[in-house]
Amino acid sequence: MAVGKVTFTKAEREKLAEVLWLLNWISVLTGATLFGLGLFLKVEIQKWQEVMSDQAILYVPHTLMTTGLAACCINFLGGKICLDCTDTNKFLRWKLVMMPYIVCTFCFTSCVLAGALMCYSIRSQLEESLFLGLRSTMRYYKDTDTPGRCYLKKTLDLLQIQFQCCGNTGYRDWLHVQWISNRYLDMTSSTVVDRLRSNVDGKYLMDGVPFSCCSTLSPRPCIQQQVSDSSAHFKYDEQSQQQNLWRRGCRQALMDHYTDIMQSIGLTVLLIWLFELLVLTGVRYLQTAMENVLRLGDPDSESDGWILENSLAETARSNFNIIKNLGKCYQVEDDPNINISTVTTEQEVLSQHVQIPVTSWHPA
Amino acid sequence: MVVMKMKFPFQKRVKLAQGLWLLSWGATMAGAMTFSLGCILKTELHRRAEVMDNSNIHIVPNTLMIVGLASLGINYFASKICQDALDAGRFPRWKTFLKPYFAISCFFTVLMLLAVIMSYAMKGSLESSLKIGLKNGIRFYKDTDTPGRCFQKQNIDRLQMQFQCCGNNDFKDWFEVQWISNRYLDFSSKEVKDRIKSNVDGRYLVDGVPFSCCNPSSPRPCIQYQITNNSAHYNYEYQTEELNIYLLGCREALVNYYMGLMNAIGAGVLSVFLLQGSVLVSLRFLQTSMDAVEGKENTEIETEGYLLEKGVKETMMEYLSPVLSFFLLTNQVEEGTTTPAPAAT
Repeated sequence: MAVGKVTFTKAEREKLAEVLWLLNWISVLTGATLFGLGLFLKVEIQKWQEVMSDQAILYVPHTLMTTGLAACCINFLGGKICLDCTDTNKFLRWKLVMMPYIVCTFCFTSCVLAGALMCYSIRSQLEESLFLGLRSTMRYYKDTDTPGRCYLKKTLDLLQIQFQCCGNTGYRDWLHVQWISNRYLDMTSSTVVDRLRSNVDGKYLMDGVPFSCCSTLSPRPCIQQQVSDSSAHFKYDEQSQQQNLWRRGCRQALMDHYTDIMQSIGLTVLLIWLFELLVLTGVRYLQTAMENVLRLGDPDSESDGWILENSLAETARSNFNIIKNLGKCYQVEDDPNINISTVTTEQEVLSQHVQIPVTSWHPA
Repeated sequence: MVVMKMKFPFQKRVKLAQGLWLLSWGATMAGAMTFSLGCILKTELHRRAEVMDNSNIHIVPNTLMIVGLASLGINYFASKICQDALDAGRFPRWKTFLKPYFAISCFFTVLMLLAVIMSYAMKGSLESSLKIGLKNGIRFYKDTDTPGRCFQKQNIDRLQMQFQCCGNNDFKDWFEVQWISNRYLDFSSKEVKDRIKSNVDGRYLVDGVPFSCCNPSSPRPCIQYQITNNSAHYNYEYQTEELNIYLLGCREALVNYYMGLMNAIGAGVLSVFLLQGSVLVSLRFLQTSMDAVEGKENTEIETEGYLLEKGVKETMMEYLSPVLSFFLLTNQVEEGTTTPAPAAT
C-alpha cells in the first residue's frame, strides 16, 4: 500500500504544477534570503574576530551561504520542471531527471535543517573561543609596538565602549594583567621598582583599569586608579563603586549579542526549511502522478500520486537490497546451468531401445 | 509677447501626454522621497537637541516635509489632468481648476529650491546654536544631582565618544570649567583648599579632561589629568602627543556632520526640483495646446502651445493683483471703522 496516496484529475495535476511553479520561485527568493542571512552573520562575526581564539564559528555562516546558493539553483531548475509538467509531452523531457532531482532536493533540505540546528548548537564553542580570545587580547593590550598586535588595544577599547562591558568576566580581570607597557614606566622610580619586585613574575600590576571601562551612567567623574580601595577617594561608597565602571564582562556581552542574532537567524532558517519541505512534497506528488499518467497511456485520465509506492519498511528493505546487490555484479553463483549432471539424458536413450552409438560425453 | 511658443502636431501631443503621465508618477515617488529625507534630517537634529540652544535650523526639515507632501498632491492632479487631456469631452472640466493649480504648484516648487538654499545659508545659525548649547553642556556637566540637568554628563560623554571630539572649540575648554562636582571634593584636604583659594571665583579647576575625551587609538594608556605638565608623566610631551586625547572640538565635528548630511540631502532635493519643474512645464504646454483644440471638429489638428500668454512681469501682476486687492480691501474697511486707533497709539 502506498504512503500518502492522493488521486489527481487532469485539472488538479495542472493546478498543482502551476502552484508548484509559483512556490519554486518564492523558494528562489527564500534561498536568496538564506544567503543574505549567512552574509550578515559572517560580517558580524568578522567585526570582532580579533577577540575570538578560533574561527570555527565561521562554519555557520558558510553553511548558510552555500545552502542559500544551492537553494536558488535547485529551485530555479524546479520552477522550470514544474512549468513543463502541465503538459504530459513536455514532461517526457524531464522524466529521467526527476528522481535524481528529488533526491538532491531532499539532501539539500536536510542541509538547511543542519544549518538551522548549528545556529543553536555552536553556543558552547563560541563561549570557549571568546574566553580564550579575550584573555589573550587583554594580555597583549599593552603591546602596541609589536607587529600583529598593535591594534589589539584599540579593538578592546572600542569593544568595551560599544558593548558597555569591562574585562573577560568582570573588571577584576584587569587587576591581574599588566596593561601598561614598560615603555611608559619610569624604571628609576622607587614605587615602580617596588611594585615590580613584589610581583612573582615581575609584572607591573595595579589596582586600576583602562579608561574604556568607565561607565557613562555614573554621576561622578570616573575613578580608574585604586578602584577597589574605598578609602582612597572621597565618599567612594558601595553605590559609587557599583556605578563607576561597567559591571558586565565582555564575554557575556558578546555571547548575548551573538546568541540573539543566531537565534533569530535559526528561527528564520527553520521556517525556510519547512517551506522547502512543503515544496519537495508537492514535487514528489507531481512526479508520481505524471509517471502514473504515462503508464496508463491516457493523458486526460485520473492518476494516483504518492510519497512512497510501498510502505516505509518495504521501501527501506528494497533499497537496502539494491545497495547489497550492487556489489554482486560480476559473481557467477546465480548461473543455473553450472554443476548440474546430464545422467537423465542417457537413461532416456537406453529405455527407448534404439541402437544408436552412445558417445559418452560426460562433462568433465 | 508669448513666452516660448512651440508647435504641437497630434502625435507630439499624444507623446507629451504619455510622457507626462510617467513623469508625474516618477515625481510622486520623488515627492515621497523628499518627505522621508525631511523626516530623517529632523530625527537627526532632534537627537542632539540637548546641545543646541535654539531650534531655528528645524525650518529646513520642516520645509522639506511640507514640500514633499504638497508635491504628492500636485503630481496626483498632474497625472489625472494628463489622462483627461487627450479626451476633448473630459478636458474642459479642469478649466477653472488649472489657474490656481499652477499658482500653488509654482509656489511649492520655488519653496523646494528655497529649502536647499536655506540648508546652506543656515550654517552660521547652526554653528552659533551649537556654540551656546555646548558651552552650557560643559558648564552643567557636574550637576548630575540638579533636576533638568542630570543627563548633561551622560549626553556630553556619549557625544564626545561618538563624534571623537573634546570640548567646545577644543580640549582646553575643560580647563576653564569646574567639571568635578563639590560633592566629590574633600574640603578638608589641603590640596583642594589651595586650588580653590588660588582661583578668583573659588572654583576647582584642574589641568585635566573627562575620560570620554580619551582616544582609543593612542598606543599608551590615556593621560587625563595633568595634561600640560610634561614632568608628571614618564616619557611624555604634550605638544607632540597627538593621539592621547581627541584634538577636534565638538562644535566643529557636529557642524561638519550636519553640513555633510544637508549637502547630500540638498543634492537629492535639487534633482527632485528639476523633475517637478519639468512636470509643470510639460503640463502647461499640454494644457495650452489642448485649449486651442477646444471647440474644433477635427481634434487631430496641429496647435501651438506656450508657457505664458503675456510676458513674465504681466503674468505675475495678474496673479498677485487679486491677493494685493484682498489686502487693500481689508485695509480700507479698517480705516473706515477704526479712526480712533491712531490716537490711542
